Amino acid sequence: MRKYVPKDDVQKKPYYTDRYWVAPQVAKFDVESDEVFAADLAAIKAKCEVIEAYIQVDQMVVMIKPTDNFTVAQILKDECAYNQLSEVGAMDWIAKQNQYEVFYQFLSMSKRKRVRVKCFLDVDQAVESLNPLYRSADWAEREMWDMSGVKVNNHPYMKRILMPDDWVGHPLLKTYPLQGDEAAAWYEVDRIFGKEARDVIGPENREPAMVDRYDTERFGRLGHEIERGAEFKEDQAKTPLAYQEEGGVLIIKKFHEDDTVEITDRKR
Amino acid sequence: MAQHQVNYTQDGGLPVALTSVDKIVNWGRSNSLWAMTYGLACCGIEMMASGASRYDFDRFGTIFRASPRQSDLMIVAGTLTKKHAEFIKRLYDQMPEPRWVISMGSCANTGGMFNTYATVQGVDRIIPVDLYLPGCAPRPETLQYAVMMLQKKIRAEKAGKSQRQKRLV
Repeated sequence: MRKYVPKDDVQKKPYYTDRYWVAPQVAKFDVESDEVFAADLAAIKAKCEVIEAYIQVDQMVVMIKPTDNFTVAQILKDECAYNQLSEVGAMDWIAKQNQYEVFYQFLSMSKRKRVRVKCFLDVDQAVESLNPLYRSADWAEREMWDMSGVKVNNHPYMKRILMPDDWVGHPLLKTYPLQGDEAAAWYEVDRIFGKEARDVIGPENREPAMVDRYDTERFGRLGHEIERGAEFKEDQAKTPLAYQEEGGVLIIKKFHEDDTVEITDRKR
Repeated sequence: MAQHQVNYTQDGGLPVALTSVDKIVNWGRSNSLWAMTYGLACCGIEMMASGASRYDFDRFGTIFRASPRQSDLMIVAGTLTKKHAEFIKRLYDQMPEPRWVISMGSCANTGGMFNTYATVQGVDRIIPVDLYLPGCAPRPETLQYAVMMLQKKIRAEKAGKSQRQKRLV
């Protein structure tokens, strides 16, 4: 396994920046330009504080405070007919501002409109579960906890959903190494055989394409076999590819290469 | 592949003096290899195709069984995740001896393209493997060739003794 170097500052220091490159932004429009969205936003604003609101790709995006998420979802469901919560997720901005960005995507079947509600959440803060309003929040919030480590209050069954229960760490955090930390690298060995078996089994070989033609202990070339452990020769003579031993097998017909027919006419 | 050495030739392996009893027992074993259905990913589709009528595994005496207690052969077809690793070990332990394992496809051999935190980098870290079958995914013909090679290997084994543990742990 590659040596683990902490990547806590990956977001602060990108390894390459072009001074003249401007990141393209999707155009934002005023919420007042769509009367359905304007009414929805007015309903939210009547009860909660809205930090920012705009329309992007025909969807309204509303930025709220993290403590208001349940109230806003209730307004959207009961007053504005957004009857489906299609996605819940979190983004990791911990290195930049020590916060998560949590987003909820709502869909109204009757209005044919989509609304995205977003909030910034401190690392030690928890959001309220939307499970009493939308059943789809159950698994989505469990996944959010499992992958990003966002804590959710009043969830009926707060448990990891994808990773095993005794897993260490949250894999979708930017600080999590792609090939896993030490606990991940030895997970299956520790779990099945115990830690004392680590020496016997050895570390993971992370080079899947590694073939060493000179290592005749572990590799052999089909059709050019040599004795196990014998010295490798560059121009190894061809050995016959046989499905069966020389003497043949009882009852079973032996395959003879000379008896085979090559079919060239595909319609035969 | 795992770093440790698996000594396949120790006890019950090669070279052995074959008797006619060995021959007849091994003939029976090699021609009725009942495989456990172990499709974990896309290789499982190729394994199913090998079992179905076009490629027809039945003519080799290979019949898929849904229970580890009725099977001799485990074809690990697909990506083994770390969460699933303990179950594959448990199912392997439930298989009666003698038992064999074919590791089918790149993912089962070495982890393949899934060079990530969640994938076991080769099933031979968990269970002893008799035959590695490369490919992503291997064609049904290739799987049949692998089974024929395994049959050849079984015919060269000593039949009398029960199989020794192939690994320390």
